[in-house]
Amino acid sequence: MTIDTLVLTKGVPDFREGQVSFDEDGHLERGKTPTVMNPNDKHALRAALQTKVRNGGSVSLMSMGPPSYAEILEEGMADVYADELYLLSDREMGAADTWATAMTIATGIQHLEAPPDLIFAGFKTADGETGHTGPQAEWCLGIHDDLPDYPLITHVVAIDIDEAEGVVRTKRLVEGDVAEIETVEADLPAFVVADPEFEPTYRRADHRLRHKDFREQTRARAAEFGEYLAEDSEEDPTDWEDFNMWDHDYLNLDPDFIGLDGSPTIVAGVDPIPKAPSEREATVVGPDDEDGMAEIYEEMAAYAGGD
Amino acid sequence: MTDDYEHYEAVVVGAGPGGAAAAATLADRGVETLVLERGVEAGSKNVSGGLIYAEESAPYTIDGLFSGFRQGATERPVSEYYIHNVAGDRVKTFDLGDVHHHDTEWCDAVLRRRMDSWLAERVHERTRETGGGLLSGVRVDGLLRDEGEIVGVTCEELDPITADVVIAADGVNSELARDAGLMDWAEPDEWFQGVKAVVDMDPDLVDDRFDVPPDDGVAHLFSGDLFDGVRGGGFLYTNEASLSIGTVFHLDSLADERAEPHELLDSLLTHPLLDQWFQGEYHEREYAAKLVPDSKKAAHPSPHQGRLLLVGDAAGQMQAQGPIIKGMNHAVSAGGLAAEAFAEAQSRGNPASAGALYERKLEDEGVMATLRPTRYRLTRAVSEHDLVTRAAEGVLDSAVGRAGVRAFDGLLERGFNSPFLLGMIPDTRTSYVTIPRVVAEELGEPVEATNDVEPPALDDRIGDLTYDVGEPHIELQDNSWAASGTAVTACPVSAREFGGGCYREETIRTNGGTERVVSLDTQPCVECGTCAIVADTEWDHPAGGKGVEFEEG
Ligand SMILES: Cc1cc2nc3c(=O)[nH]c(=O)nc-3n(C[C@H](O)[C@H](O)[C@H](O)COP(=O)(O)OP(=O)(O)OC[C@H]3O[C@@H](n4cnc5c(N)ncnc54)[C@H](O)[C@@H]3O)c2cc1C
Ligand code: SF4
Repeated sequence: MTIDTLVLTKGVPDFREGQVSFDEDGHLERGKTPTVMNPNDKHALRAALQTKVRNGGSVSLMSMGPPSYAEILEEGMADVYADELYLLSDREMGAADTWATAMTIATGIQHLEAPPDLIFAGFKTADGETGHTGPQAEWCLGIHDDLPDYPLITHVVAIDIDEAEGVVRTKRLVEGDVAEIETVEADLPAFVVADPEFEPTYRRADHRLRHKDFREQTRARAAEFGEYLAEDSEEDPTDWEDFNMWDHDYLNLDPDFIGLDGSPTIVAGVDPIPKAPSEREATVVGPDDEDGMAEIYEEMAAYAGGD
Repeated sequence: MTDDYEHYEAVVVGAGPGGAAAAATLADRGVETLVLERGVEAGSKNVSGGLIYAEESAPYTIDGLFSGFRQGATERPVSEYYIHNVAGDRVKTFDLGDVHHHDTEWCDAVLRRRMDSWLAERVHERTRETGGGLLSGVRVDGLLRDEGEIVGVTCEELDPITADVVIAADGVNSELARDAGLMDWAEPDEWFQGVKAVVDMDPDLVDDRFDVPPDDGVAHLFSGDLFDGVRGGGFLYTNEASLSIGTVFHLDSLADERAEPHELLDSLLTHPLLDQWFQGEYHEREYAAKLVPDSKKAAHPSPHQGRLLLVGDAAGQMQAQGPIIKGMNHAVSAGGLAAEAFAEAQSRGNPASAGALYERKLEDEGVMATLRPTRYRLTRAVSEHDLVTRAAEGVLDSAVGRAGVRAFDGLLERGFNSPFLLGMIPDTRTSYVTIPRVVAEELGEPVEATNDVEPPALDDRIGDLTYDVGEPHIELQDNSWAASGTAVTACPVSAREFGGGCYREETIRTNGGTERVVSLDTQPCVECGTCAIVADTEWDHPAGGKGVEFEEG
């Protein structure tokens, strides 16, 4: 038996210093800020790669977004690993909230040749920060009668598949007053949300060697796919045999239930986060300045006494 | 119990020249071979001078095993070879071309990061076809035993692995050789310590200042009184766009004299003789150090135990032929022979005989005779005797001795060029310091230049190195000054009165008074191995991929 996995990903503004650009009011300047793969999704990809290395099978990467997201998929493929790339894309899908996205993605999954054995998502996107899309997509899978049940496990930091038993054993991070590690087992297929603390484990030499093989293949394939993405390229990413772009027609989706029209979320307004004042008033008191020290004592005593 | 473990026919530990040669030879003979290397990349832990020789008499050469080696992995060929005898600012230079070219098919300067990573790529390709491959970032931390017999290796990063043969090419301070009880790390006089700086220089300037055609190079050796009486010498080799400059000293001498290795290197770097090459410009790319075994005393006559075969530095197979240092070539020969021995033993259905066969091949191919020359053993007893040394020193420094030196100028140069005589050179002050000094005083000319380069201070040298600091890998067993104080000076990244190194001297108050002790911080450690010998430590290498990472080597 082998395990086929699917990883869900999304493009987000590159929030790193030097990349991100805000206007005077503190609004993100989308046009000036490059889009990158949501950093947390890399953990999901690593979990999928671990599965491929240790258990065999394929890794597919799926995203919903504009055609330029082909680059996001390439980044995921080149930076970690992916066999097949799927982009759900057309105008009708634009401006979707997490719900409409989840609906679209679930239908995308239904259209795969076979339902994946494991679906991975990353925890939270760097722009929305909701952490909803993964679990909502899992719920939406339930709408499709032709798909099996996918139990959901979140905050997963380690994963181990027992093929003989047909189960996935995970360690999940439960953060409360103290962080705890909980062991959760589920039947396959399953839906797993990888925690940013996720660590792949390769304790066998042959696993590490296979990992090295895949990394080498990945570089070669990414270079090939990169040719389709190059600015002056005549070719379209969709010409690449491992790249699939599906629109709402293909997915048989009603435009009323996807994109902006299908999104129940209404953004009433956005408050910029106030900037921290750049200058603070400070008085410097030397160790020999008794008066100064006395003044500080007076000031602080109020807090120290709790009144 | 070992049945569940992953199994390979051969496991090679270490991807230096010895491991690379063994793995390539095994792969070529169809043996399923796994190579484990602790560095993030092969070469990232390794340091050599380094001139790699291909000897005409050797059973294996590196380019014989890896075609394209000289084009892809080396710096410049070394066509000329000089030794400078130094006394103060007086220098007498001998041309050692004869001994350098003796039995030499070719000789190139190398930088180990580039060389070893080039080799590793090819080793991986070739071993991958056998079902194995090369993994870096994995540290083997011991031998796997079943009912007392060696059956494989244990690793920090992987589950235990069984193998029909384990080839330990894990270099000087081989943890596997120690684990098997084949090498102890007790005697400082069995080791040298090498310290090295890689110095930037434009290729055009190298051609110009060393008066060599592009794509050709030169070696300069230094001995005499520039190292405070510590037994050893200095070297300078030309690379494509840099120079490798360093020192190699007998560890016992370095320890006894309480010398600071970085200061001895600086004595060389700032000698007026080097001004012709630096001309006031000095930019150090990297400071590095490592122990070097002395095969005359350390080469194990029977370097195997059960399924374990030791090759290269791990077996002490590093030949110091006077000023010429040959370790890499012998590691290649031994690696090839060990691999060959296993393949043959396996095909005869008796893999357990690999060790004995390997030992025989080392003898038959003359490798052992080169590494442990009988004539050294015979002369050592007399010539290294204190009384003899003192007498020789007296004669040399006397009017008679000096007259002799003057009279035999030409003969001396020939003597230096005799591989036969170099094989017997006793490890005494006389050979390393007094003869070169007297030669320079009697025959040398003063150097007129001033060399005002300022080598970086120790904390800058440490600061320029890359570290991925993990758990402390060396533990002080006895922190008393008597047991471990030598490390404060002998450690190449520590020094008296220097707060930033690994070893520090401390004074603690006891109820009776005060006590001198040493403390250890392994963060700036360059993993040279010195303190494993001169201090009382529990010494291990850091985990895979952790610790110092050399860019040049
Ligand atoms: C300053 C200096 C100058 C020198 N000059 C010369 C010269 O000019 N010419 C010459 O021929 N020789 C020279 N040598 C000696 C030469 O470098 C060695 O003899 C040679 O590198 C030995 O090769 P090897 O394959 O046995 O070991 P190494 O090259 O040391 O390789 C050992 C490998 O094993 C790895 N390893 C170690 N422990 C473990 C573990 N537990 N698990 C996994 N991997 C491990 C190491 O990371 C390393 O890659 C010099 C040495 C020094 C220090
Ligand atoms: S601490 Fe020991 S091994 Fe590390 S650099 Fe110093 S002497 Fe060498």
